[in-house]
Amino acid sequence: MSVVADDVALARTRRPLLRTANIAIAIVVVAFALLPLLLKSYGTYLCTLFCVTLMATYGLNLTVGYAGQMSLGQAAFYGIGAYIAAIALKAGISFYLVLPVAAIVCFVVGLLIGFPALRVQHHYLAFATLGFNILVYLVMRNEEKITGGTYGISGVPRPTLFGLSLDGVLAFFWFTLAATLILIALLGWLLRSPWGRAFAALRDNPIRAESLGINITVYTLLAFAIGAACAGIAGVFFAALVQFVEPAPFHFAASLMMLLAIIVGGSGRFFGPVIGTVVIVLLPEWLRFMQNWYLAIFGFAVVALMIWLPGGVLSIPERFALGKVRR
Amino acid sequence: MAIDEARGAQPMIVFENVVAGYSPSLTILNGTTFDARAGEITLLIGPNGAGKSTVLKTLFGILTPRSGEIRFESRRINARTPRELLADGIAFVPQGRNLFGSLSVRHNLELGGITLPRADLAARIDEVLARFPRIRERIDNQASTLSGGEQKQLEIGRALLLRPRVLLIDEPSIGLSPKLVQDVMTLLRALADAGTTVLMVEQNVRTALKYANRALVLEMGRLALDRPAAELLDDADLNRLFLGGHVKAPAA
Ligand SMILES: Nc1ncnc2c1ncn2[C@@H]1O[C@H](COP(=O)(O)OP(=O)(O)OP(=O)(O)O)[C@@H](O)[C@H]1O
Ligand SMILES: [Mg+2]
Repeated sequence: MSVVADDVALARTRRPLLRTANIAIAIVVVAFALLPLLLKSYGTYLCTLFCVTLMATYGLNLTVGYAGQMSLGQAAFYGIGAYIAAIALKAGISFYLVLPVAAIVCFVVGLLIGFPALRVQHHYLAFATLGFNILVYLVMRNEEKITGGTYGISGVPRPTLFGLSLDGVLAFFWFTLAATLILIALLGWLLRSPWGRAFAALRDNPIRAESLGINITVYTLLAFAIGAACAGIAGVFFAALVQFVEPAPFHFAASLMMLLAIIVGGSGRFFGPVIGTVVIVLLPEWLRFMQNWYLAIFGFAVVALMIWLPGGVLSIPERFALGKVRR
Repeated sequence: MAIDEARGAQPMIVFENVVAGYSPSLTILNGTTFDARAGEITLLIGPNGAGKSTVLKTLFGILTPRSGEIRFESRRINARTPRELLADGIAFVPQGRNLFGSLSVRHNLELGGITLPRADLAARIDEVLARFPRIRERIDNQASTLSGGEQKQLEIGRALLLRPRVLLIDEPSIGLSPKLVQDVMTLLRALADAGTTVLMVEQNVRTALKYANRALVLEMGRLALDRPAAELLDDADLNRLFLGGHVKAPAA
């Protein structure tokens, strides 16, 4: 897959770089797929959680990074997907039915959440989506009959694949990784199509986009709906991975972390969420030995990064290139 | 070039007592009335803030008139959206920079043709590129790396993708050297000669008048004057008369 084409830095010298980049991506993917063979089960669990989170952050990158809409509600969609999965899977409904249903429900809710975006922007939109996240969180916590309240829902079964059990940590990791790669490939295909580019047009200049006949209403709503559907799918995998859902992982703080992942990686860059999700999922684990200091160090690192690299980690090559030109 | 009054030409665009503005309390167009004809460049001039850009935005459906009527080929188009108007053959190149700077030249063109059937798009892009060899050379470059003149060419080319019958263009000469301004004007003249209705807002009045057929002067949202461009060009008091001294010294 040659999804790097959008990355601005590569635009000029594209052809040869593209091939090298694709080979590099393939190597990274294969190495990552084999990594859990060297890890204990907790490590494998983290790698799976990384994939799950990646589905949600890729969706958010479409909403925030490409289409330029603000969203502090991604964790709510993630949670909606997870709760739908927990309830339906426990009721014995097939995972392969639950997955599209959760995606569609989140897509529709995402469309509705997109409506405020037609009227307000930036921080107003941040508050609207934040409010939505808080509302969903309260429903999860207080509607005990359906959601189990703070006790949550335990004993969520894992799916099988062509009759093969996915109960083992490794099997479920590979299953999740494959799903994540498919989702990323689909998003890559979308973003490279003219329709996908219309999202970037929306971000760059909505009024100009409109004068080209781009339906900005539809695209704004779709930016939220597709982003939400990705989070819903991630939620289903989350429920099957942890086999237990409770409100805590879907608190708006989780939405903030996902937004952070987008910004840290480089908003609107195709591989930005990979870097960003490493930072929000794996970095905290590596910093865990510092115990209470961890949050302070983490916060400091993020602030420092934003000061020196406002374009995110993936803007490093461009900065380097620009620096050379100036000299 | 600028020229005789072929008054037989059918009005393509008609504004009749149009009242419009950005909010109910802010009226910019105060009963504006004029028309623009096929095969002509109609030049809209006037002081800053007169409402020239507002005329184009209202015509293109970005603003909705509060009263009055806008007609395109005798059909009322008051409540149409930009997308519907594009489909009907009206294209708009707004004031300022209109490209998506982070996307490549080709992707900008593809977005310009987003309303076309996919099957036609490649052929239309080739058709436009044939007109702009400089743009063709830079097809894979990021749009923001083009020079100002190339960017304007690309914007116009992008608008031409849909083969519009009416081209609305707002201050195309801004930021261009006199030579490039002439290139743009020559292009617009050629389009008009081929039958397109061109409605152009331009501050570079003297140059624009040389290429235009008619000049409309807008003041405080009303039409103050409608004369053949050639006549106005010969008027020694041009600046003092209509433009309140707002116009920059004409380009050499
Ligand atoms: N988006 C907007 N919202 C509110 N008022 C606006 C907006 N755009 C323009 N105006 C106001 O409408 C009036 C007319 O503006 P318009 O842009 O049509 O003028 P213009 O004749 O094109 O001027 P210029 O030569 O400076 O481009 C001005 O008083 C301006 O302040
Ligand atoms: Mg203007």
